[in-house]
Amino acid sequence: MNDINQLNRISTQVRRDIVRMVHACQSGHPGGSLGCADFLVALYFSQLNHKAPHFDMNGHDEDLFFLSNGHISPVLYSVLARRGYFPVEELKTFRKIHSRLQGHPATMEHLPGIRIASGSLGQGLSVAIGAARAKKLNGDKHLVYVLMGDGEQQEGQVWEAALHAGAKGIDNLIAVIDYNGQQIDGPVEKVMSLGDLKAKYEAFGWSVITVDGNDMASLLEILELAKSYAFKGAPQLLLMKTEMGQGVDFMMGTHKWHGSAPNDEQLAVALAQLEETLGDY
Amino acid sequence: MEFKVINYQDTRSGFGAGLAELGRRNPKVVALCADLTGSLKMEVFEKENPDRFFQVGISEAHMIGMAAGMTIGGYIPFTGTFANFSTGRVYDQIRQSVAYSGKNVKICASHAGLTLGEDGATHQILEDIGMMKMLPGMTVIVPCDYNQTKAATMAIADFEGPVYLRFGRPKVANFTPEDQPFIIGKAVLLKEGADVTIFATGHMVWKAVEAIQQLHEKGVNAELINIHTIKPLDEEAVLASAGKTKCVVTAEEHQQNGGLGDSIAQLLSRRMPLPIEMVAVQDVFGQSGTPEQLLAEYGLEHIDIAEAALRAISRK
Repeated sequence: MNDINQLNRISTQVRRDIVRMVHACQSGHPGGSLGCADFLVALYFSQLNHKAPHFDMNGHDEDLFFLSNGHISPVLYSVLARRGYFPVEELKTFRKIHSRLQGHPATMEHLPGIRIASGSLGQGLSVAIGAARAKKLNGDKHLVYVLMGDGEQQEGQVWEAALHAGAKGIDNLIAVIDYNGQQIDGPVEKVMSLGDLKAKYEAFGWSVITVDGNDMASLLEILELAKSYAFKGAPQLLLMKTEMGQGVDFMMGTHKWHGSAPNDEQLAVALAQLEETLGDY
Repeated sequence: MEFKVINYQDTRSGFGAGLAELGRRNPKVVALCADLTGSLKMEVFEKENPDRFFQVGISEAHMIGMAAGMTIGGYIPFTGTFANFSTGRVYDQIRQSVAYSGKNVKICASHAGLTLGEDGATHQILEDIGMMKMLPGMTVIVPCDYNQTKAATMAIADFEGPVYLRFGRPKVANFTPEDQPFIIGKAVLLKEGADVTIFATGHMVWKAVEAIQQLHEKGVNAELINIHTIKPLDEEAVLASAGKTKCVVTAEEHQQNGGLGDSIAQLLSRRMPLPIEMVAVQDVFGQSGTPEQLLAEYGLEHIDIAEAALRAISRK
């Protein structure tokens, strides 16, 4: 699907799902989830060549997506459910006992769409590289996508993996950094500046493109561009500028909503800003 | 008592031979190595299967994550580095990306324990069995000699699930029959006896063989069981033997905390409280020295096992 209006309408519903999920269990990470809603909708409803709603762990002959910054699980769960991987109704179990929707994504409960546990940061790029190399061995010409946080770039393992992908030319891999500039303790710039991230990845042998992650048209265009650059010898990075809390005015422009839930009143304010486009669960 | 020494070989060479054989038999087996191909004896696999061998450089954390990723796509990754860098250095990567994710990764660890020798305590990990056995769903295997390590290496490829395979550096007595099948979780009775049971693992199995010969000269009829799979523990075999001899000794090249002795003590205290003596490292770090010097220094010689057996018997 490439209808921008329709994709935006899905994003709006996903944002409603996110704030409702986080509100219902009074925990979770709404800020980054809201910021990445457009990207994940673009990926799962337009770009990903996958077999939804069918899911199998090995993912042969389809594109794969890994979420490395697992704390933004609400957005992934909503998108997977809305895409048909599991019943939308199940979103109401998020972070509750005996749920398949664990606080951070996990495979133990066999939730369709999840192929690796994540949450302890810095591991997803390595996993994606492994999956990408397995695809090459299998002669499978599909792509592997992975989303990381910008704060997550402070983890050493990310750079081990970045070195590997560049040195070995893992060109069926598209990594994305949610470049929202915020982490738990405050602005990334202040906590531990990443410097020139683009130059750093380029120095590691990556091809880097920047994109506005909250503009559906730009996302589609850049994701298509990235696909056209695949299989040309270099791994790719999308430096995706987003706004933490995007779509809910009082959650934007601050790290305060990185990991806290709205109360009843705040929920009502948030939902008033997000049209119910696909029907609430 | 007949323990025929076939030859003296290192267990890591058994791993290398097993991996090479797997390379020929199982196209799904891939190997990853963090700059220790020679030390892990992975060269034959690399030479024969260049497309299925992945040199990752000195980046162990990344290697574990990458191995987890390769299972998605149907491969059976064997990672190779020293035991220290296979466990302590990458514990969280194993915990989240392998164990909790239920990935079919085989973590193969060489140079474990004191017998790594001269490199000293930085490299002599003595806590790895404990760390690995605490992870839900992790199978922990410590074979005793070349032939058993080779057989174990091949057996874990056919087993679905994460495995920690621990082996070592020095040449030791190779006495397991070449055709002996390796059954994960099934203890091997090496000698029947009536007075005391010695449960040993890894390099300490041969030390225990020497100990029971020494005990025999003193009129003690010891039973010897090789616990090559620490987890899942062969509880049936442990209880059957302990129930017969009424006292036990455990022997391992590992800290007492978290090792084989700890597992057996836990089982016996729940099901069959009996005198137990443990031959293991007593909450200290190692140091540089030859393997034999170090085993003597930290009380891991055959004589220490024999003495422990006499103490256990006296407590019956």
